[in-house]
Amino acid sequence: MKHIVLTFFLSLGWLLSGQAVAAPSGAKLDSAHINLRDQASLQRGAQTFVNYCMGCHAASFMRYSRMAKDLGLSEDMVRQNLMFVTDTIGDTMTISMRAEDAQKWFGVTPPDLSVIARSRSVDWLYTYLRTYYLDDSTVMGTNNLAFSNVGMPHVLWEQQGYKTMDADGNLVSATQGNLSSREYDLMVRDLVNFLAYVSEPSKLQRLDLGKWVLLYLFIFFLVAYPLKRAYWKDVH
Amino acid sequence: MFANMMNWIDARFPASKMWREHLSEYYAPKNFNFWYFFGSLALFLLVLQIVTGIFLTMNYKPDAEMAFASVEYIMRDVQWGWLIRYLHSTGASAFFIVIYLHMFRGLMYGSYKQPRELVWIFGMLIYVALMAEAFMGYLLPWGQMSYWGAQVIISLFGAVPFVGESLALWIRGDFVVADATLNRFFAFHVIAIPLVLVALVVMHIIALHEVGSNNPDGVEIKKYKDENGKPLDGIPFHPYYTVKDIVGLIVFLFLFSLVVFYMPEGGGWFLEDANFVPADPLKTPEHIVPVWYFTPFYAILRAVPSIAGSSFPGVAAMGLAIVMLFLLPWLDRSPVRSVRYRGPYFRIALAVFVVTFVMLGFLGTQPATPTYTVMSQVFTILYFAFFILMPFYTKYDKDKPVPDRVTDQ
Repeated sequence: MKHIVLTFFLSLGWLLSGQAVAAPSGAKLDSAHINLRDQASLQRGAQTFVNYCMGCHAASFMRYSRMAKDLGLSEDMVRQNLMFVTDTIGDTMTISMRAEDAQKWFGVTPPDLSVIARSRSVDWLYTYLRTYYLDDSTVMGTNNLAFSNVGMPHVLWEQQGYKTMDADGNLVSATQGNLSSREYDLMVRDLVNFLAYVSEPSKLQRLDLGKWVLLYLFIFFLVAYPLKRAYWKDVH
Repeated sequence: MFANMMNWIDARFPASKMWREHLSEYYAPKNFNFWYFFGSLALFLLVLQIVTGIFLTMNYKPDAEMAFASVEYIMRDVQWGWLIRYLHSTGASAFFIVIYLHMFRGLMYGSYKQPRELVWIFGMLIYVALMAEAFMGYLLPWGQMSYWGAQVIISLFGAVPFVGESLALWIRGDFVVADATLNRFFAFHVIAIPLVLVALVVMHIIALHEVGSNNPDGVEIKKYKDENGKPLDGIPFHPYYTVKDIVGLIVFLFLFSLVVFYMPEGGGWFLEDANFVPADPLKTPEHIVPVWYFTPFYAILRAVPSIAGSSFPGVAAMGLAIVMLFLLPWLDRSPVRSVRYRGPYFRIALAVFVVTFVMLGFLGTQPATPTYTVMSQVFTILYFAFFILMPFYTKYDKDKPVPDRVTDQ
């Protein structure tokens, strides 16, 4: 009987730790090792996001004002450095490109990135943004290990430089970028960190509150269990 | 003062009488074990789902253009919206975990047997209503898995001979899952089915309190009463089981909070990755998987081969799999209730059935490869064998002698 219960909870733990839906086919994913509590990293990620991603991608559920507050920035700093398409701090991070136009120009509408870190996973994003390579067979001239025949060109080519695939399927550097390989990885990590933040701005609040809820329940248990024992003393 | 007030009320409404009949003088067997926590936990979850649901409804927009965004609005801009939403989404999965354990308890201790057949039938109706409730609720976030899951399940109705296509069209209100579908599912999810659920839960409890609770020994405690007519092995539900169930509730809430605060996606089982992509009628996801609590039946559906191009046999088998559960009180021919005093046939059958149900649940989440399909077929046969052979193996089983009174195991 005790074994049944134990086995049940152990297998439940095993199930929950596993991924229900297998990662999309493709490359082995590198770990992004992001840290949501690193505000400097989130700020650098926000800068990369508005400069390089927001030309085509919106994060239309994310408000600038919320971002300012959570990233430890003043509203003026956000207004001057991170807001290019609106003057209202309460606006969400939308873009000017219309979906129909995007469809015409790129063949696909660039997806909204508000919750991309939750649908794709941070490790996938980290791998994806680092595994572009030159490929003449595609329209854009580039391909990707994590997302084959992706419609998006290698936007960060100036930073990373271009890579090609050698005979063994490994990516090797073809042209030198502005950043060293390590610097580029850090830049992508900051960007992915920011995307993870954007996908769930309340996450830190959730994690911090959780401890107190569990502590409260533990103390409640210390009261409730002796109470039960006291009442049940005379039951034989 | 208080006594006067109660007298005034009791002269007009049986408040004290109901309190006595259902709590302070409802005698429950004193030997309830771990498995008896899940009834009160299910009641708690029903209340939790209704309360969090009310707050979600205040901010959710049942509109194909706005539904997905309104869920994210709740997650970001509504005060404590993320907590309300995670409580509701985790609560849905927890509800099924608790209900499955509650049903397994009934199976183990023969709680469906005479005179508790109606308790079981009402319970099964609750289970079916809960599946409808969960299925319709899952469409509301309007993510890819919401959309395609609903598309697949509704198209099952299209497999019914002759009227199938019209039936599916009638359910959807459109030729594909669309705004009309979302609106009617919302109406069913927030009012129609909850009303049915609450009514059924009331009947489940009234029927239970009429016949009295079963217990792990499966003996009738009403057989031996003291001079006041109180069962010797019974204790008043309140305060004994109220204080005990509070302890159970705290332990449950501890585990529940671990999920809500630290892994609300439940590893992709409670909130699926693909549901963070807005519904797109033009783009089918790679794997369409129903939520985990439907997968045993989904596996049965896929295991049965189609006949003459119609997948109706699979749909019928899935429906029959649920109907079988309703018939349990009449399939079981053993005079013994509890597994503790049953013979080896029933014990083996029950163990095989548990493995079968879990395996079907697993197979329902996997792509239908040839190996998995064969496995699904084997387990589907085992699932039905448990019920169809039950009249025989329970009748000829070598049951042990049942004690007169409850034991201290």
